Amino acid sequence: MTGLDGPVPEERPSPEGKRNEMGIRVDPEVEAERPPRRTVISTLVKHEPGVLSDVSGLFSRRQFNIESLTVGPTEDEEHARITLVVEEPDPGIEQVEKQLRKLVPVVAVRELDPDAMRRELALIKVNATRPDQVAAVADMYGGKTVDASPETATVEVTGARQKVDAAIEAFGQFGIREIARTGTTALARGTDDTATESAPEQRTTKSPQPAHADDD
Amino acid sequence: MSERATSVSPRAEQDREPTDDADATSSAETTPGATPVTTGAEAVVRALETAGVEYAFGVQGGAIMPVYDALYDSEVRHVTMAHEQGAAHAADAYGIVAGEPGVCLATSGPGATNLVTGIADADMDSDPMIALTGQVPTDMVGNDAFQETDTTGVTAPITKANTFSMDADRVGDDVGEAFALAGEGRPGPTVVDLPKDVTTGETDREPREPHTPDSYEVQERADPEVVRGAARRIEASERPVMLLGGGVIKGDATEACREFAAEHEIPVVTTMPGIGAFPEDHELSLEMAGMHGTGYANMAITHCDTLIGIGTRFDDRLTGGIETFAPDAEVIHVDIDPAEISKNIHAEYPLVGDAETVVTQLAEEVEESPRATKWRAQCQQWKSDYSMAYETPDDRPLQPQFVVEALDEATSDRAIVTTGVGQHQMWACQYWTFTEPRTWVSSHGLGAMGYGLPAAIGARLAADDDQEVVCVDGDGSFLMTIQELSVAVRENLDVTVAVLNNEYIGMVRQWQDAFYESRHAASEYDWCPSFDKLAEAFGARGFRIDGYDEVADTVEAALDYDGPSVIDVHIDPGANVYPMVPSGGDNGRFALTEGQL
Repeated sequence: MTGLDGPVPEERPSPEGKRNEMGIRVDPEVEAERPPRRTVISTLVKHEPGVLSDVSGLFSRRQFNIESLTVGPTEDEEHARITLVVEEPDPGIEQVEKQLRKLVPVVAVRELDPDAMRRELALIKVNATRPDQVAAVADMYGGKTVDASPETATVEVTGARQKVDAAIEAFGQFGIREIARTGTTALARGTDDTATESAPEQRTTKSPQPAHADDD
Repeated sequence: MSERATSVSPRAEQDREPTDDADATSSAETTPGATPVTTGAEAVVRALETAGVEYAFGVQGGAIMPVYDALYDSEVRHVTMAHEQGAAHAADAYGIVAGEPGVCLATSGPGATNLVTGIADADMDSDPMIALTGQVPTDMVGNDAFQETDTTGVTAPITKANTFSMDADRVGDDVGEAFALAGEGRPGPTVVDLPKDVTTGETDREPREPHTPDSYEVQERADPEVVRGAARRIEASERPVMLLGGGVIKGDATEACREFAAEHEIPVVTTMPGIGAFPEDHELSLEMAGMHGTGYANMAITHCDTLIGIGTRFDDRLTGGIETFAPDAEVIHVDIDPAEISKNIHAEYPLVGDAETVVTQLAEEVEESPRATKWRAQCQQWKSDYSMAYETPDDRPLQPQFVVEALDEATSDRAIVTTGVGQHQMWACQYWTFTEPRTWVSSHGLGAMGYGLPAAIGARLAADDDQEVVCVDGDGSFLMTIQELSVAVRENLDVTVAVLNNEYIGMVRQWQDAFYESRHAASEYDWCPSFDKLAEAFGARGFRIDGYDEVADTVEAALDYDGPSVIDVHIDPGANVYPMVPSGGDNGRFALTEGQL
């Protein structure tokens, strides 16, 4: 029982508009689709304990779709670089960058252009029944044999993810015993800064454009 | 282990007794006559003194003992709480009322884990708070030592920043940095974990003035180009609404927002944490929007063409379903945290910056007021269509709204209200007329039952002497932190607790009636004690109200009592909170009765 009265819900005027699940106003006729895209985000962080768990914790907590994360020291002993490959729609990518910037030990964050150099390394251990052919396939992919035993051969392959995938497929013929792969690490081309202390790349928030540009 | 109970009294200039050897100035240099720092623990306490901390709330324990030993001689007044959760909530509420970080302390392990709810609460509501936790000595960390918990690990997801302190020479600055981070930019909780060998370690390093790390940057002013765009949008608007969130109060933008709304005659809606940002008795006020907001606030939000959101994160309890939230509106979003912009609701005009600065920028840029005469008339019409009237039928027990209004009438405009979480909290939002910032102290984002009483203790110590502190509580919430009554009695704090007792965990019961065929699983609280008698057992004054004719006199007696008092108010167990937007529903389709859900 309540003393409240007034027009019942059905008798109230209702607005025309609508938002999509990302909170963006849409024309009811045309639902704006924002497909996820894969991109590389480079982060310069202070080289101190706990930073990596802060970053990885952020991804699990906020349900961001992360494909790989690599971390390593840089030319400056106080800083490390974390390279992330994420697959999200545009608003998600923007949110990833903003949330990363909020972490106190994070110095700089930047989404890399599509032409950035991206590399991955794989160690592939195969059965050494046909060592010559293993060497030939390794050659084909610019890899080299880093360990050999009577039963096994281990090859190192570096390159773009697709190339590493292709190499692994090719080595499949020998019988793969074990694989270890790094995630993607990346740098911007030429004089373009990846994400540096001097240019933290504080991009102002932009309205996501209906057609997304890969290279803003 | 017995505790020394230092008696504290509410903050007032005259009761700061000058001591012989130190005056309470906060400067980086050693205060004249103050003893130099010799240990990490003394550096921790010196950092607090340098930051100007007056009160700290906490519970003693093994790993934090060195810090307590250093506090023993400090001018920082320690308030021993009955449970660490109480310490965290008290510090949180202190931060809300005082506008500067509240401080809480706990020992390692269970002490630290007991703080977690209060820390999470401060994180959700962006309340400035710093928690100092004891930790086992560094050489035992990782061994699962007695009372060891990975406190920085546990609190990482619920803090703005946290630090594991490694070094007696740095520990003072770690604390200073955490204090600065808690209060600057978007406020939030910070944690410093203090291993016992670090606090007992020798150091003569005086901590510097608190300051944030270099990598921490806060944008104060919004992009002028976006400000211009937003101003043009406001000028062209026919149906504008200002939505004031908790950030307006935290950013001290209350005056700027009030002036802007009055100048351009824009109707104002608040979020729950934004209560007090705008006077609810003002003609332009539509009060609170959201799940249990007023009908008129929700109608205005739903039908506006321009929504000026300031210091709000568009929580789901405010927006209902995203698809139906302000669907005709272009959104101007002012927030100091860039990550809040377009997180939940896309903003056409993102204004990153300090609320007061940005509202001032807008005020300078907007040249003519929106032509919204018709819209304002429409809002007034909704105010009468969906008025928050309630009935007090003779054949029903006492209605809770009546009690809230009676408490409101019996207290001043600057009275502070704290609450637990549930139906009583919603009635307090709806039926108390708030006019001042920092007078509404509640657990909004986390919804932590048990918040009310410890928050009243923290608020009491941050408040001015002439401000009453009233805790509107529920039976379920009160029972969760009732042990803190012993603290209010020990310190003789003048707080009045009104328990709106319906012998239910009422909000759950309301949902069960609406969505679970009235199957009252675990929501019946008829086993609750007599709160008035329990209050007396604690040494507080206990009162009881059963009917309308007792309300005015009992409220007056409880407020007049100079110390903690508890009123056990037996209300209609069937009373429900309306209006109500069902979870994820359309704000414009709020239900006024259960039948409309």
